Amino acid sequence: MSDLDTFRQETRAWLEDNCPQAMRKPMKGDTDFCWGGRNYVFQSDDQKVWLDRMAARGWTVPSWPKEYGGGGLSKEEAKILAAEMRRIGARPPLLSFGIWMLGPALLEFGTHEQKLHYLPPIARGEIRWCQGYSEPNAGSDLASLATKGEDKGDHFLVNGQKVWTSYADQADWIFCLVRTEPEASKHEGISFLLFDMETEGVSTKPIKLISGNSPFCETFFDNVKVPKENIVGERGKGWTIAKYLLTHERAMIGDQGVPTPLNVIAKEKLGLADGQMEDKALRTDVARHEIDAAAFMFTMERATDEAKAGASLGAFSSMLKYAGTEINKDRHEMILKVMGSDALEWEGQFSNNGEVARHWLRTKANSIEGGTSEVMLNIISKRILNLPS
Amino acid sequence: MALVLNEEQQLLKESADGFFAEKAPVSQLRKLRDDRDETGYSKELWSEMAEMGFAGLLMSEDEGGVDFGAIGAGIVAESMGKNLSASPFFASAIVGASLIKHAGSTAQKEAILPAIASGEVIVTLAVDETGHHGPASTTLKAVKSSDSYVLNGMKTFVPDAHVADKIIVVARTAGEKGDAEGLSLFIIDKGQSGLIIDQTVMADSRNWGKVTLEDVIVSEDAVLGTVGEAFPVLDKALDVGRCVLSAELLGISQEVLDRTVQYLQERKQFGTLIGTFQGLQHRAAHLYSEVEILRSAVLKALQAVDAGTNPAWFASLAKAKACKVAELATNEAIQMHGGIGMTDEFEIGFFIKRARAVQNLYGGYNYHTDRFASLSGY
Ligand SMILES: Cc1cc2nc3c(=O)[nH]c(=O)nc-3n(C[C@H](O)[C@H](O)[C@H](O)COP(=O)(O)OP(=O)(O)OC[C@H]3O[C@@H](n4cnc5c(N)ncnc54)[C@H](O)[C@@H]3O)c2cc1C
Repeated sequence: MSDLDTFRQETRAWLEDNCPQAMRKPMKGDTDFCWGGRNYVFQSDDQKVWLDRMAARGWTVPSWPKEYGGGGLSKEEAKILAAEMRRIGARPPLLSFGIWMLGPALLEFGTHEQKLHYLPPIARGEIRWCQGYSEPNAGSDLASLATKGEDKGDHFLVNGQKVWTSYADQADWIFCLVRTEPEASKHEGISFLLFDMETEGVSTKPIKLISGNSPFCETFFDNVKVPKENIVGERGKGWTIAKYLLTHERAMIGDQGVPTPLNVIAKEKLGLADGQMEDKALRTDVARHEIDAAAFMFTMERATDEAKAGASLGAFSSMLKYAGTEINKDRHEMILKVMGSDALEWEGQFSNNGEVARHWLRTKANSIEGGTSEVMLNIISKRILNLPS
Repeated sequence: MALVLNEEQQLLKESADGFFAEKAPVSQLRKLRDDRDETGYSKELWSEMAEMGFAGLLMSEDEGGVDFGAIGAGIVAESMGKNLSASPFFASAIVGASLIKHAGSTAQKEAILPAIASGEVIVTLAVDETGHHGPASTTLKAVKSSDSYVLNGMKTFVPDAHVADKIIVVARTAGEKGDAEGLSLFIIDKGQSGLIIDQTVMADSRNWGKVTLEDVIVSEDAVLGTVGEAFPVLDKALDVGRCVLSAELLGISQEVLDRTVQYLQERKQFGTLIGTFQGLQHRAAHLYSEVEILRSAVLKALQAVDAGTNPAWFASLAKAKACKVAELATNEAIQMHGGIGMTDEFEIGFFIKRARAVQNLYGGYNYHTDRFASLSGY
């Protein structure tokens, strides 16, 4: 038996023994996610047990190095772990911006001390991070951001405003883009700073969305003192880190995992007559969606396998983000078609307080957050197709 | 299995890309068309292809082939799609060979497979009877009389019919039009009395024909596989074909995308390169995404055929997606070239014409979307 086969067997056995049954049921939206952090209230004992057990093995971040709280797994092993978790329907023990975004950026650009300091608490779900990029006047044109950090000797004095900061009101720390070199050109004057959201002068104000939820905030900085050692990379070189982080964010947003197949939802709702959905037009539309979704999933798989074979993802992540989010929006429009007016119930037990409708509306943001679809198409045009500007 | 080509497959891809670009570019197809060439393909090219092993990709070494499987066939088909290379590759080395491999007796395999691999014998399949694919709709009749069969009926859209040495005909030996049961396969040799072949000139300038059987009498030896039970093995061979056709459509889509992007980098209007217009950039970028997604679907389907893991489901998925993407790619290519895209002198037109023929062969978008839904249990 090869080493990988042994790994698969051992992993399977360990998951069987250690994944609580309740953690093998599909997550129903944000409230079932385990985000971790100082203020996080576990939804159940099982949720906490599952996180602790996985974190002890470093399997909340399977491919990070062991010394930084990871599992030290090779890409092949990580793929096996993911497959084995999928096999029993195990929930991810922890989801966080630290895992998806900051971690990869620190691994690439952080000093050894920074990695030792910041990464293990992310892996254990102890510190929850938020992303301070967008500003009222810097959205797609992110590099025009104006939040400033003045050099005050041992610290930067940060003043300004961020917007659309997801979970800022629940996060412990922020990774933040700040203009520290006002004289430099647009892209050269930005630094990548880390600071505690409890620092004096930081305040947040939730924004209510069309889904009725308030998952993000306006974030204000009023004379916030950030120690100089909290900078990642060099002064004025934050844009490179910001972009690197965005490629990870995009790959993550594009990857919508393996949700319940649309046809299963359709069959449950509408049933079959003679083995087929009765509404033929809907049946064709469901099949069209499922073909697109499956082909996209194979593309995620191919991207992973190519990366394993040494190719760099680079601008390809923009394609994955573009296509993945558009397909996910299409999926939720299809769910609305399958469920008819039932999907629009906003309050009440029948709909679990409008779960379907709110989720549908949430997906509209997929093609906006992390860079809009139009911006992704711009990147593909310029970086992959080499079209002139 | 990793969704990437291994080293051997990568080498095959490089040699196929080089080979077809040099030996059988679009200009060769144009010449065959303009000369109204009777054979419709270059025999020299076909024998060189056989020497390269391209006619024996699906056969094992014992069968005279090189054993590259469906993946290898897809790689070569993609290159041929990029260059619109004409040859009996698809009819004979893919579909003909698959049918003999899956349904043939030992004697039939020994007699025919090495001959296909060496390029000496060309085999094709005659299945459809109307403009719409549907193996179960077969009405062409084969009636048994003592130890022979008498065949009567008509087939259309048969690739390479007039150059084939052997035509595998799908016939109904029992049941009614629409039944999957009651179908049988017969190998009919060229020159057989009562076998009438009419070459049809189609939009893509490739070899197609109508095949009419008028009291064609064959012995039991002509039966391929089990009488009355041809459907599963036929569908299996068709699925190999569908995946390889999807790979050809991928090649066509990739090529017209590349040519279009190049044009956007060269053509000037309003004092600037048209590639600076965001309206065109976004359409090109969207098309790029679709082609990349198709590439994954095709590779996955070819792997599924080789591994025997649910090939029918993957084949329909790939062919449906390929039809959609190829339609988009060829239409966008013409539009973004403007007037020049409409001229015969320019090559884009050859691609759209070939694409539609390949889309239709063995089921287009609607056929495979419907089949995908059925195979998915709804
Ligand atoms: C749910 C959600 C969560 C978010 N979370 C965070 C977060 O945690 N942290 C954070 O920093 N930000 C976050 N964002 C902000 C997000 O990154 C921005 O909304 C996004 O970058 C777009 O900026 P904008 O909203 O200012 O839109 P604009 O940039 O004003 O765009 C408006 C429209 O113009 C188009 N457009 C703009 N420029 C171009 C161009 N060059 N070519 C073609 N079209 C163009 C856009 O595509 C869009 O359609 C979040 C957003 C959402 C919706």
